[in-house]
Amino acid sequence: MLMKLFTDFMGWIDKRLPVTDAWNKHLAQYPAPKNFNFWYFFGSLAMLVLVNQILTGIWLTMNYEPSGDGAFASIEYIMRDVDYGWLLRYMHSTGASAFFVVVYLHMMRGLMYGSYQKPRELLWIFGMLIYLVLMAEAFMGYLLPWGNMSFWGAQVIISLFGAIPIIGEDLTIWIKGDYVISGATLNRFFALHVIALPLVLVILVFLHILALHEVGSNNPEGVETKKPKGSVKPEELSKFKFHESYTKKYDIVDSIPFHPYYSVKDIMGVAGFLILFCWVMFFFPEGGGYFIEAPNFTPANALQTPEHIAPVWYFGPFYTILRVVPDKLGGMLLMFAAIGMLFALPWFDRGTVKSVRFRSKWHLANLIQFSVCFIVLGALGTMPASPTANLIGVITTCGYFGFFISLWFYSKNENTKPVPERVSH
Amino acid sequence: MSNVPVNNGRRRFLTAATAVVGGVGVVGAAVPFIASWNPSARAKAAGAPVEVNVGKIQPGQLIRAEWRGKPVYVVRRTEKTVSALAKHDDQLRDPNSEKAQQPDYATNAHRSIKPEFMVALGVCTHLGCAPTHHGDDFDQFVDGVPSGFFCPCHGSKFDMAGRVFQGVPAPLNLVVPEHSFINDDTLLIGVSSDTSKGDA
Amino acid sequence: MKKLILAFAFSIVALAPLSVIAAGPSVPVDKANNDLSDKESLKKGFKTYINYCLGCHQLQYQRYNRTFTDLGIEEADGIENYMYTGEKPGDHITNTMPAKEAAKWFGSTPPDLTLEARLRSPDWIYTYLRSFHIDEARPFGVNNTVFKDVGMPHVLQDLQGVSTIDEQGNLSPAMGGSLTAEEYDEVVRDLTNFLEYVGEPNKLERKSLGYWVLAFLLFFFIISYFLKKEYWKDIH
Repeated sequence: MLMKLFTDFMGWIDKRLPVTDAWNKHLAQYPAPKNFNFWYFFGSLAMLVLVNQILTGIWLTMNYEPSGDGAFASIEYIMRDVDYGWLLRYMHSTGASAFFVVVYLHMMRGLMYGSYQKPRELLWIFGMLIYLVLMAEAFMGYLLPWGNMSFWGAQVIISLFGAIPIIGEDLTIWIKGDYVISGATLNRFFALHVIALPLVLVILVFLHILALHEVGSNNPEGVETKKPKGSVKPEELSKFKFHESYTKKYDIVDSIPFHPYYSVKDIMGVAGFLILFCWVMFFFPEGGGYFIEAPNFTPANALQTPEHIAPVWYFGPFYTILRVVPDKLGGMLLMFAAIGMLFALPWFDRGTVKSVRFRSKWHLANLIQFSVCFIVLGALGTMPASPTANLIGVITTCGYFGFFISLWFYSKNENTKPVPERVSH
Repeated sequence: MSNVPVNNGRRRFLTAATAVVGGVGVVGAAVPFIASWNPSARAKAAGAPVEVNVGKIQPGQLIRAEWRGKPVYVVRRTEKTVSALAKHDDQLRDPNSEKAQQPDYATNAHRSIKPEFMVALGVCTHLGCAPTHHGDDFDQFVDGVPSGFFCPCHGSKFDMAGRVFQGVPAPLNLVVPEHSFINDDTLLIGVSSDTSKGDA
Repeated sequence: MKKLILAFAFSIVALAPLSVIAAGPSVPVDKANNDLSDKESLKKGFKTYINYCLGCHQLQYQRYNRTFTDLGIEEADGIENYMYTGEKPGDHITNTMPAKEAAKWFGSTPPDLTLEARLRSPDWIYTYLRSFHIDEARPFGVNNTVFKDVGMPHVLQDLQGVSTIDEQGNLSPAMGGSLTAEEYDEVVRDLTNFLEYVGEPNKLERKSLGYWVLAFLLFFFIISYFLKKEYWKDIH
């Protein structure tokens, strides 16, 4: 009886808005390759962390005071006087770092399995745009507690723009809204961090998923599971019912409907992730001084610089690349180039074999060296400058750029293994 | 909702179990969000009890204190005023303070601990305006009653124990807050005279 | 996949030598070994703070009544024995030292100490308070091996006595204080304990909640794992 009520209700809705069709097209009859592995958890986890940041962010805004005079005190008010305010604060600060851990692993998956290759270049671009906006969002968010590291970290990064010829100095004043970082800067960063960038982020994530569903997911073997229509024998087709928008264009093999199989698997992934997340959040929310940096426990002070200014850990790789060049403008350009290389990855890779599993040992070595360089670059970014650190920084920067450049060369005539027609796991 | 070929009782049980445990988790996660809306320690501190020196109040005089953001009227009533309270019960809505607008120890003829001192919130029980005190010209509002409170917003009237008259918009007597006397000269608003209770 | 795990393991190993050039504490500090669950220690530390520190250093984000509740002090006892400033229990722990004048007297305004334990670490505070020594060149006649040219006088001098340093910068044992070295250590440990508590009053609650949450999540993970396994029987 309840089922009939539900069916009638959905019938009424569907005539006015195609909800059931959307449910089928994107969940219950959406074909996903059956061989997703551990690396495929991070997309849904990124969405979970985004929801966490938005919810906890809204709640923090209820008690946060966006003014130079009141911001720091309002954080302590939240930590002490608001019931469970401390938990909301830590969920947000741990979530910020968790977001980047998840996103970096998500990007790594793309690198390993060639998920950026045709026809998924636009999907990759949307992802890179999300990454860029996320970095801006995190940077602005870090100013809001108005601690001393917030102030000086922002000071260093904004002053980078001063390196731009002719307009640089005026540009930094325009960004700050004042001659120094002040309440004016704080207020506008607050508006951007709380409203503008979250909206942009949500829209980009929506487009990212839409672009994904248009071309379908890649998989760890890089084997296309959507074959040309009519090319597959009927007994070889996946036995599940998929949405006609896919089946009328392709013969679909080796795929399963996202719901219930991947919804159920992702719930398990969420549980596992939350164990790690809560372990950090409840037992060392300061992240060893990397998630909430010690100098931030004293208010912003224009007259007193912390012993060692470092951006938050997730900016580490790009900060190192910046510092490796002795010239201010040169460093800035190299840093933006490093991000630019990632954007252009689909075009650096001239090969057609997607997954590292069927590519040459050079490609595997290249991926490994890139990962190691990226991690070391990140670690260096949190450390003070020194001749040794600088030397390692130069070497790993070469490794970073070397990844893309060498890829362009060897991918044209790469010694790849034959890619199977069907997924074997 | 799925188009899976195989269906199974075990599947239903596990789905239900996961949903229930997951539901418990969601409720648990909601606790900090909902609890954070409670009055914070700052709000509670601002609402802390207030001491008032009543020793200097002249007979018939009203002083205003503030507690939890609201005005508190403290009046030193004369003996004449106190004895006059019994004379107009038939004109009042709730002469015996049956409705719970006051603590137990103020549910008496003079709606207070000491007959000499009236302690009530200066908030009209109609829509919240502050009634004005008329010490000796209240009979312009109610015949034969020399003192009382008149609310200028919509004309509600209260006697010198804060009891509401009939025929006015206000439905209830003025609220008497928890209060106690630390000593003869010091009134403490916000702390109950009933020592089994904590702060109001 | 195995190779990528190897790569990550390698990079962890590669990071190890970097710890040599990583920023460590600039001065070696002793471990405070304080115990936040020891309420008697916290009460003593609170008392010491009120008697010796509050005159110059505020705890502007910490309320009296919160401290009483957390430390197990009855409010009446708290008002009687820990509050001398005429404030109400719901108020923050502040003083009336004028900031500008204080900056003139001490070189800089004595900082608020609510978050000092998070800014510097409890070990730093514990060591700092035990590292004052005679230095005739300084305005108050003392300096500190942990905080060079500090503007603060040695407020606890009557308890500890005075130390000197040799050419290598080693501190001599303190002489002339009313407490023995062990007793003074204990006073400083209790004070450090109190300051660590004040830095994050929710710390113990956070950890105990954490155990429950992790236990629940483990349970949920196990159930969701069985659910996943059941559905995935369909897939070959």
